[in-house]
Amino acid sequence: MDFGEFEEYRRIFTSFKKYYQNSLKHTNMSNTYYEPSDLRKFGNITEWNEELGKKFFDYYGSVFEEGALSAREKSLIALAVSHVVKCPYCIDAYTQDGLKRGITKEEMMEAVHAGAAIESGATLVHSVQMMNKYKKLSM
Amino acid sequence: MQLKSLKKRENELANAKRQLEILSNGIFQNEDLPTFRTKLVTQNQFPLKPKLLEILQINVGYMCNQVCGHCHVDAGPDRKEIMTRETMQQCLDVIKATGAHTLDLTGGAPEMNSDFRWFVEEATKVGVKEVIVRSNLTIITANKKYNDLPEFFKKHKVHVISSMPHWTEGKTDQQRGDGVFNASIKALKMLNDVGYGMPGSELKLDLVYNPSGAFLPGDQTALETDFKKALLSNFEIQFHNLFTITNLPISRFLDYLIASENYEDYMYNLVEAFNPAAVDNVMCTNTLSVSWDGWLYDCDFNQMLELKVDSTVQHIRDFNKDILNKRSICISQHCYGCTAGAGSSCQGTVT
Repeated sequence: MDFGEFEEYRRIFTSFKKYYQNSLKHTNMSNTYYEPSDLRKFGNITEWNEELGKKFFDYYGSVFEEGALSAREKSLIALAVSHVVKCPYCIDAYTQDGLKRGITKEEMMEAVHAGAAIESGATLVHSVQMMNKYKKLSM
Repeated sequence: MQLKSLKKRENELANAKRQLEILSNGIFQNEDLPTFRTKLVTQNQFPLKPKLLEILQINVGYMCNQVCGHCHVDAGPDRKEIMTRETMQQCLDVIKATGAHTLDLTGGAPEMNSDFRWFVEEATKVGVKEVIVRSNLTIITANKKYNDLPEFFKKHKVHVISSMPHWTEGKTDQQRGDGVFNASIKALKMLNDVGYGMPGSELKLDLVYNPSGAFLPGDQTALETDFKKALLSNFEIQFHNLFTITNLPISRFLDYLIASENYEDYMYNLVEAFNPAAVDNVMCTNTLSVSWDGWLYDCDFNQMLELKVDSTVQHIRDFNKDILNKRSICISQHCYGCTAGAGSSCQGTVT
């Protein structure tokens, strides 16, 4: 690529970037995929489908009520799952929820390890398939 | 942890006007969040009016042996504001005249006022039904002259309400200073030993829980269960009730919120948790707060923000129940702290 071509690409890229940033301004979008303040807007998902949104939030609320498991235990499960599904909003929410409940950092970290152990176990148990396949294909 | 008050450090947040400015600017000025007044207006709960006066909460001085990170009083060893016996006498005269049934003594560490014991003795003589002392616990073990406080409290059946942010050492010391947890445990044992906090005992010992950070308190009953279980099994300590209190965004807690970049999120949390039912029972509706120098406020928080009662009567020496009862309660955005979730007061939740 000669210098002229490079300059031409740079010009196109800059004008595209400007266009993209302007379009973000008009649509109220940030230029990162995760925006911490979006967590507060979670409830707004009902605006585009009230029936299903409401059903989801009713279900969600019921799941975390005291039951055969305590709300405290469910909060720790939610924290572990938040890490496994790698949801920054959920990690934010359930770290705060744990603090409110007086859950200690030792308990939180153990819960995350329980999630991580299952996740790595899920990866490793597939190696049996790899071993089977290896053996089958080998003389 | 800082060992000096904001005032001693000449921090701008030692200035009440500056705090009120911060609470009215930014997210409240650009209307991202409604002001507390707007919120009350939309709920048809404005203005906030007092009901029957039941509790006189008296701040006998800002001096304290601790410098807690969340303290809304900005109390500490370097604070010299202290109530005189003359002002205490004016408070006693008001109690006799009004029939307020509870005298709630706070500070600072109220026990550090040299007339504290005299005040308690006189208060029981004039027929106050209940004298509460808000004790930080560590004062009991801080110096020999305070070691007999449990006996003194017992003699006058003082209701002891003590702070305890967590049942683990790390979380308690993080908020209240190194060594506070162990000293508090020792003091709780001394109180238990004379009968305080035991099942069925008329010597009431309650604990106050303030979150040690930028989050709201969880369910009061669940936390009480956890506290009781942990304190009993780890230290053989017993107490009666746990009161959860929300940290209000003023003074040292406001300083912490701003410095840790948690201020906006915390205010969003408070506003989102606004509970109209809590408004009906906030403590400013049945309590009057008296400062060390005798001025009257709707609550201890307004006292620290220097928002005197909105009335022609503003000092304890001029006390007039009828005139004071006609006033409207002074509010700002810090009030969201008392109306969040199940509500918050010096007696815990209000709903």
